[in-house]
Amino acid sequence: MKKVSVSFTLNGDPVTADVPTTWTLLKTLRDYFELTGAKEGCGVGECGACTVIVDGQAVNSCLYPIPEVEGRSVTTIEGIAEKDGALHPIQTAFLENNGVQCGFCTSGMIMSAKALLDQNPDPNEEDIRKGIAGNFCRCTGYVQIVESIEMAAKADK
Amino acid sequence: MPDHLFVGKSIPRTIEADKVTGKAVYINDLKRPGMLYGKILYSSHAHARIKRIDTSMAKQLQGVRAVLTGQDIPDVRVGFLKDQTVLKKDVVRQFRDEVAAVAAISPEIAEEAVSLIKVEYEKLPAVFDPFEAMKEGAPLVHETDARGRPLKSNILPLPWKFAVGDMEQARKDAAYIAKDTVSTTWVNQCCMGTSGCIAEFDQNNNLTLYDQTNVIFGHIGRISEYFERIGLAGKKIRVVNPVVGGSFGTKLDTDIYEFIAIQLALNTRKPVKILFDREEEFCALPPRQPAVFTIEQGCDKEGRLIFRHCEAILDNGAYTSWGATTPSVMIMPMSSLYRVPNVYFKATCVYTNNIYAQAMRGYGNPQATFAVETSMDSLAVAAGIDPAEFRFINRNRPGDETPMNLKITSCGLEECITAVRDRLQWDQKRGKQRGRGVGMASLIHVAGGARVTKSDGHGIRVKLDEFGHVDVIESGTDQGQGSPTVISQIVSEALGVRPEDIFLTFGDTALALWDAGTHASRHTFMAGNAAVIACAKAKRQILDMAVELIPRLVKGEFKRMKRKDPGFVEPDLDYGLIANPEDMDIRDRMIFPKKDPDHPYFKVPISEILRNGLHVGIGESRVVAAETFYDPPTEMLNRDMKGNLSMTYAFGTTGVEVEVDEETGEVQILKLVAAHDVGKAMNPTLLLGQIYGAGYTGVGYGLTEEIKVRNGRVMNPSFRDYQMLTAMDVVPIEAVIVEPGDKDGPYGAKGVGEPGLVPTAPAIANAVYDAIGVRIRDLPITPEKILTALKERK
Repeated sequence: MKKVSVSFTLNGDPVTADVPTTWTLLKTLRDYFELTGAKEGCGVGECGACTVIVDGQAVNSCLYPIPEVEGRSVTTIEGIAEKDGALHPIQTAFLENNGVQCGFCTSGMIMSAKALLDQNPDPNEEDIRKGIAGNFCRCTGYVQIVESIEMAAKADK
Repeated sequence: MPDHLFVGKSIPRTIEADKVTGKAVYINDLKRPGMLYGKILYSSHAHARIKRIDTSMAKQLQGVRAVLTGQDIPDVRVGFLKDQTVLKKDVVRQFRDEVAAVAAISPEIAEEAVSLIKVEYEKLPAVFDPFEAMKEGAPLVHETDARGRPLKSNILPLPWKFAVGDMEQARKDAAYIAKDTVSTTWVNQCCMGTSGCIAEFDQNNNLTLYDQTNVIFGHIGRISEYFERIGLAGKKIRVVNPVVGGSFGTKLDTDIYEFIAIQLALNTRKPVKILFDREEEFCALPPRQPAVFTIEQGCDKEGRLIFRHCEAILDNGAYTSWGATTPSVMIMPMSSLYRVPNVYFKATCVYTNNIYAQAMRGYGNPQATFAVETSMDSLAVAAGIDPAEFRFINRNRPGDETPMNLKITSCGLEECITAVRDRLQWDQKRGKQRGRGVGMASLIHVAGGARVTKSDGHGIRVKLDEFGHVDVIESGTDQGQGSPTVISQIVSEALGVRPEDIFLTFGDTALALWDAGTHASRHTFMAGNAAVIACAKAKRQILDMAVELIPRLVKGEFKRMKRKDPGFVEPDLDYGLIANPEDMDIRDRMIFPKKDPDHPYFKVPISEILRNGLHVGIGESRVVAAETFYDPPTEMLNRDMKGNLSMTYAFGTTGVEVEVDEETGEVQILKLVAAHDVGKAMNPTLLLGQIYGAGYTGVGYGLTEEIKVRNGRVMNPSFRDYQMLTAMDVVPIEAVIVEPGDKDGPYGAKGVGEPGLVPTAPAIANAVYDAIGVRIRDLPITPEKILTALKERK
């Protein structure tokens, strides 16, 4: 299988991946770097469980061809807590306000929330709902997820 | 009673921090050394004879380790009625029939190999409508039963029937009667994590199954039975849960893919993982059972229900899983939601060549409650009584015994109906029409276990180390419901430690005692009660040590002080305060005498006693550990389908205000009030999560969700086409928590996992009726159905 060598920044570290050209960013993260926080919930860009941040934008990594990642900066759920393990305010808010239940959508949900708050630190409810419109959740009914993101936005001020 | 430190508090889910950092290991993330990947080939027809299967090309593909068909594995029947085999070798009866399976070194190779298998079929006549399937001369889905005896009909031999009272007389006595035919459809559980497992045999053919099931011991029972028939009798089976990405009923039965993984692992001598993709999750996983009900109710002039008569037809699909047993749960709302003295209910399950069904949140209750609550509204209209008032008149009350012998203990239905009425401003808003309306529906559900198997037991083990850490080995499973937090709160309270001291192990049959399953909204009630009993035992062991050790420790300390300071005068202490374990207590990690909780010498950290009890230097060292197997005094349903199967019952009422666009047929929910009698909220924030989540799924059930099955084929096997609600579907939801406290629940709690879903869809349907004057009797209530109904009204 034809391989490609892709160099990019992953959670702040420079990395190079030698993987088949047909691989997606999600497959590379999970199978090459063993970062399994991003999940495959549908594999066709509908559910958002695979969301990571590429150059500041939340993307469905299951659709993102790995050659496209060359030179970019990728942040995953594993890269947002402090080095000492202190959680990011969004992560804390999800735990405190029951924004997480089964947790399968959570990595993607938090990454969408982070991309949103990085761009808009003071979102209203509609902004938040738009920000996570592509992230499906079956457990929560989204109510406490929206509240968690509101709480994180306030905590960050 | 003293204030609780942890129970009833909104303790954060810190214990599950791995889920917000990507560390939690789901089946998707789990790899075993040498693991192979399994993939299944499904049928291309709804009903056909298999003439030939050619696996030669698949076998030749590099990286393939096994290709199995029905010819390669023992011809053993599995399932609730033993009406199917693991791989089908003669006849396929539905599109999801498993025809062949592959194990390969990568998922991609396995998939390619599956595409290389060639199957020749001879099509057989099929039947897709249960009413057609019941007719004489309809194509038979099964020609024989599990024992090989010829079948003459597609009707299953499951006589679900319940009858109490004198129906004939009741009809005569009724002043008003309403009759409705309603139907519900297939809906998918839509777990965000798809189904999957890893089967792994050791050298002695003992099996470890990493599996998402929520009935770990039931799994062992079914697999053991299978093992007996394939020559593996007596082999040990261990089921281990990874972190589970949602359940909602999908993991109740042992599914065919799980048996296939076992066969592939046995054949290859390697661990084999099968992980469904989303399309398989929609096409090959048994969804919620659809049903058609014809329901008739009558009441007297004062609005008191006199009778309820209902017949249901269930499309069973081609095989039988738990879906066929949903009528056993339907009997509960049919007989016991509101006071009704004369009840008749009959359900008929019919084989068709459609997909077959299993369990989903609420089991058969959402279907049956849709029927009952549609009929309640119709009858209220017929009797000229406000539907809220009508429900209030007929509400269940504490102390009632229902026609199926359910013994109602705590019951907050009155408060729930009243709360919904107030919060929705029902009296001002109802009956105005002009596109806006309000509707409500109530529910009853098991909330104190559910004796659907001979044991409804739940085991728990508690052990403490010398640092005061508590290991809790829970025999239930954690599928995201919040049990790690809630159980740690209960253990902390009952034992006198803190939630951060608790380390929980869920879902491992080798470690846990036994459990009937984390289903039927039973986990908090069962595990909570088991924990309270086990912790009382452990606490007693600690206090037994404390009464021995505290005087010794105190006196030893005085001796040391005297050595240091010869002038030290030993205080005159009343050692009687700590002479008996009954006079001692533990709270927030500290042991103390009840009569003097802040005693300067007798208040001792729990870890000090544990350490001094263990490290004694002579042959008297002790550890603290206790276990409990709690099986409540409930009854299985008898032949007449009567019995008090749960220790207590949940009640609740959902009310909605809707706006219906008469041009587009779209329904907007302006407000949803969900009032629930939960006994006592163990963790209010987590409780809200259950109510919101179940409520949202109920809105989907009411308005958008439907697996479209045409001629046996699932036509919309993707999230895009299935229409589950997203964050953009705003449902302003308000929860009202009613806490009567339950005498049998742990700290007064009842189960709450399923109730929120149950009354939501009928409440919406009733609100739509109030808004536009047409009653939609078929779920989901789509814009097309509303526009058609409006046209017919004109």
